[in-house]
Amino acid sequence: MDRNSWLFWPDSVALSVLTLLILAMLFLYAARKPMHGVIHSLCNLVTQSTRFISRWLFLSAESLRLRNQAVLLAHSQESAASMVDREFERVSNIIRKDMQEFPALQRKLKEDVTRIEDDYRKCGEVPPPPPEWVDALESVSQIKSGGDIPRKLLEDINKSIQKIHDKTVAEFRRSYEERHKILKGIQPSWRSAEKLIDEMDKKMVTLNTNAKQIDGHMAKFEGIRAKDSKTEHALNVSAFVQLAISSLVMVIALGGAFINYKLIALPMSEMVGASDYITDNLRTSDVAALVIILMEASMGLFLLESLRITQLFPKIASMDDRMRRRLMLASLIFLVILAAIESSLALMRDMLVADKAALMHDLASSAPPATQGWMSNIPMAGQMVMGFVLPFALAFVAIPLESVVHSLRTVLGVLLVQGMRGLGFVLRFTGVVFRRLAKVLESSYDIFIVIPLMVERWVVAMRGEPLVKAQAKSGRAS
Amino acid sequence: MKKSLPVLIILFAAFLLSACGDSRKHTQAVYMLVDTSGTYTKQINKAARVINYLLATLNPGDSLAVAKVETRSFTEKDIIDKVTFDRRPSEATQQKRAFKSRIEAFTRGVHGSAYTDITGGLIQAAEYLNETRAGKKTIVIFSDMQEELGKGTVRDFPIKLNGIRIVALNVSKLGTDNADPRLYIDRLAHWKARVLKAGATSWEVVNDLDNNMEAILDPRR
Repeated sequence: MDRNSWLFWPDSVALSVLTLLILAMLFLYAARKPMHGVIHSLCNLVTQSTRFISRWLFLSAESLRLRNQAVLLAHSQESAASMVDREFERVSNIIRKDMQEFPALQRKLKEDVTRIEDDYRKCGEVPPPPPEWVDALESVSQIKSGGDIPRKLLEDINKSIQKIHDKTVAEFRRSYEERHKILKGIQPSWRSAEKLIDEMDKKMVTLNTNAKQIDGHMAKFEGIRAKDSKTEHALNVSAFVQLAISSLVMVIALGGAFINYKLIALPMSEMVGASDYITDNLRTSDVAALVIILMEASMGLFLLESLRITQLFPKIASMDDRMRRRLMLASLIFLVILAAIESSLALMRDMLVADKAALMHDLASSAPPATQGWMSNIPMAGQMVMGFVLPFALAFVAIPLESVVHSLRTVLGVLLVQGMRGLGFVLRFTGVVFRRLAKVLESSYDIFIVIPLMVERWVVAMRGEPLVKAQAKSGRAS
Repeated sequence: MKKSLPVLIILFAAFLLSACGDSRKHTQAVYMLVDTSGTYTKQINKAARVINYLLATLNPGDSLAVAKVETRSFTEKDIIDKVTFDRRPSEATQQKRAFKSRIEAFTRGVHGSAYTDITGGLIQAAEYLNETRAGKKTIVIFSDMQEELGKGTVRDFPIKLNGIRIVALNVSKLGTDNADPRLYIDRLAHWKARVLKAGATSWEVVNDLDNNMEAILDPRR
């Protein structure tokens, strides 16, 4: 096809282009109103649609937020209630235990106090005072008339007094000694009483701590009941933190599961065959190893459920205690059996690896293999221990799993709400842009047909001037 | 729900059955032809090394056969030993040990043949490999690829090697090849054209057994 076939006059390109431009301009001028209408309608359509969708998104996000809030608060309320319950149970246990001990404690304390009082009373007993005839002696000593008789009398009296004095002092000393002994005897009772009081004090401190914890939980509980935004925000943050921590623990557990898998995948091929495949790339032995690991995790889950450490299955939580204990026992037995199987598989793995290594050595050289000492048994023992321990370690994955399950809903809900709000905002913004864009497009369209528009304005002005003048004249006349 | 449960169980069982279909397609079978003609018997230790490599590399469920190329090789009598390894790794290891000792016994008492019937060996190998129904089939030819047929031996007819990979090992140069290398090149080109025409999936030559042994079983190398 000829490149210049669109030209009116192929010899004069400029003239052809100019003619084409004029024709286009005329066509566009003629189509101005419908085109403006189309632009306006299209932009309006986009604006209305985006506004409608944005509004729907905002409303949906709000209802989703309310629903999330309801679920979060209900769940948190339940968990706070159970925590308060547990604290109360703990406090009641302490009180019950202490109250049981209290009569004995009180009796002991009373006995101690009575003993102390008795001893104290005994301490108050003083020896008899010196005889009153001392006063008489003083009177005799004041007799003025001298002589042998009063002197002898006085000497006798002096002797007697000396004797009595010595006796009284000895009695006094003995009495004090006894009192000291009694006071010494009070000491153990005093210490015992002090110890009892200390014990009571400690118990009171524990009770006080528990009461404070209950206060904290109750404050949280009240916040949840009041549905205040601060509590909701705190709960959301807590869910994010919980998810992060639980995910980290889950990743670590996955690492353990991978090691576990590596430990038993090879020996499982001895049981189910190494050349059997379930799909093109999935060996039966690999799947069997995976199934064993998943069974261990399930048994661990049931064990923790029946111990009421986790509460993923309401049916297990609501079982009566006898049934629950049976389930716990069954899970534990299965877990031990699986751990024993895994341990023996680890042993078999070691044997297989050693056998293959020996074969490789045989194939590579004719020299006899070097004898290995007792140290070669260490990896085997290590593998066996790992094979036995890992299933139990894997059992605890139920705790972070529960955390992930509970917090993931909140986190996903929050992210979804934020995503919907973000999308709603983008759509609203797009609507605003399109509303303004209509004007821009109309003006841009008018730029292409600026010459006809100028002509139109000029013609209108020409027509309008006499008309205006006539109107002005008629106005003045009237 | 009660009605749909059996249907679901049947569907699940059907899925499992279909999934567990033919496990043989994941296995591989190798048939090794060892040239015992004339002076090539001196290379038998190299062949034993290749067999040891195959024994070390093949997995439980795989098949291996070693046969000698003689005056007329289209016969089971030329098969030195063949085995399909057990699905259990421990049993497979024992089989490999037994296989190795039989090959060692053979290498000790090998004696050269007058002619070299490679085509007969290929037909015999294809027959064995097709019987194994393995997913990956390989014929390893340990020979100088110089075919010499005795009187009365007819091999000039089209053969079928569909789905089989052919690997020529240690294709040594003859005295005449040294004088005129075109003979060697033409010989390899002739065999390549012949096996590909017979339906073989590929034709490979591996001469560097010290560094390129992996190429025997791994076509990507």
